[in-house]
Amino acid sequence: MSHAVLDICGLRCERDDRELFADFDLRIGAAEAVQLRGPNGAGKTTLLRCIAGMHPEYEGSIQLLGAPVAGERLLFVGHRPGISGLLTAADNLRWHLDLAGWHGAGDVVTAALTRVGLTGYDDVPCQQLSAGQQRRVALARLALPTAQVPLWLLDEPFTALDDAGLNLVSGLMADRLAGGGAILFTTHQPAPELPGLSTRWIGAAA
Amino acid sequence: MTPSAGSDPSLWVLFRGQLRRDLKLAFGQPSELANPLAFFVVVITLFPLGVSPEPGVLAGMAPGVLWIAALLATLLGLEALFRRDRDDGTLEQMVLRAQPLYLPVVARMLAHWMVTGAPLTLLAPLLGGMLNLAPEARLPLMLGLALGTPVLVLLGGVGAALTVGLRTGGVLLALLVLPLFVPVLILGVSAAELASSGLDPTGPLLWLAAGASFAITTVPFAIAAALRIGVETG
Repeated sequence: MSHAVLDICGLRCERDDRELFADFDLRIGAAEAVQLRGPNGAGKTTLLRCIAGMHPEYEGSIQLLGAPVAGERLLFVGHRPGISGLLTAADNLRWHLDLAGWHGAGDVVTAALTRVGLTGYDDVPCQQLSAGQQRRVALARLALPTAQVPLWLLDEPFTALDDAGLNLVSGLMADRLAGGGAILFTTHQPAPELPGLSTRWIGAAA
Repeated sequence: MTPSAGSDPSLWVLFRGQLRRDLKLAFGQPSELANPLAFFVVVITLFPLGVSPEPGVLAGMAPGVLWIAALLATLLGLEALFRRDRDDGTLEQMVLRAQPLYLPVVARMLAHWMVTGAPLTLLAPLLGGMLNLAPEARLPLMLGLALGTPVLVLLGGVGAALTVGLRTGGVLLALLVLPLFVPVLILGVSAAELASSGLDPTGPLLWLAAGASFAITTVPFAIAAALRIGVETG
């Protein structure tokens, strides 16, 4: 008896009196990635927020591994980076570990920063980094041990990244898929090559 | 890598991590740290200049003036309490990930109190001397502030959390929380006034202690609920 990692059934959601989607079904199994595509304003971000439990006004069911969604079983990287500009990259990542109750060694922070190519920037306040570097700090969360959760929700993860950054993030995503995780992400750019990737359109072009 | 034994949620890690982050953030902006304190000092220095330099007059109004200034200084630091966290998305990560949300909220409020309420409490007897506050009222004043400012910070935290989704929450915040500050103000001032007229200030101080215990245990739940709403409407 196995549940899909994410199982959305008959989802209907309105925002500002406009129906964004109705009868929306989506199943993502382990080691599968789904790229969500659609025009601006189609409701991609709203869908991710519904799944993450940050947009409670919807009808239908959303289940994570056969149970209601719990915040500690998913990882959400949104438009807002979740990174404080006044703190250093290392402090920010340390906080993300603490938030998840991680009490292992702190050197995983250095490892994650090395992984996203920010070696040597760990004591610079994030607001002094470039937009792409800040994005990399936000995405370094994907390389932390606390990112080993069943589901990743990534909203436009490739924004502001250069080619190397893009490869890096798709590498992290491929690792997670190989580890049995599921990923739902949005992007307007051509999707990177990932095993088990499918594309789902929402909105006008469906 | 698979989920390892080290990723067990630990409540202490969650609390300590949030406290450390918030203190680092606070000390990362020395000007914001100093503003409420400077405000407190300046407002109190205005009274001898504006009302009367007469020692008797000043001594009579010293407890009230000190408490009102402390209250307004607390209010000054509240608006930014959750605003920046909301803007950079750390608030939504906190609401999403922290289990339970109560703990980081308590840590957040404790950090805020350590950089506002605590220094105000320590400064008050010095400024009391400037207002000719009776020496025997200094300790009750400090005790009152030490017990009362946590309540002010927590009640203000509810207001800050409720207005976090609004563009301009400043005035609304003041209107929301100032009426709630009234009981604390009355009890705090009466403790200092009783002591300066040679009476026992224990009664109002005990009431303040009861209020503080109640606020510390229950109000963070209200703040957490308000923050959840703020994130959901964002």
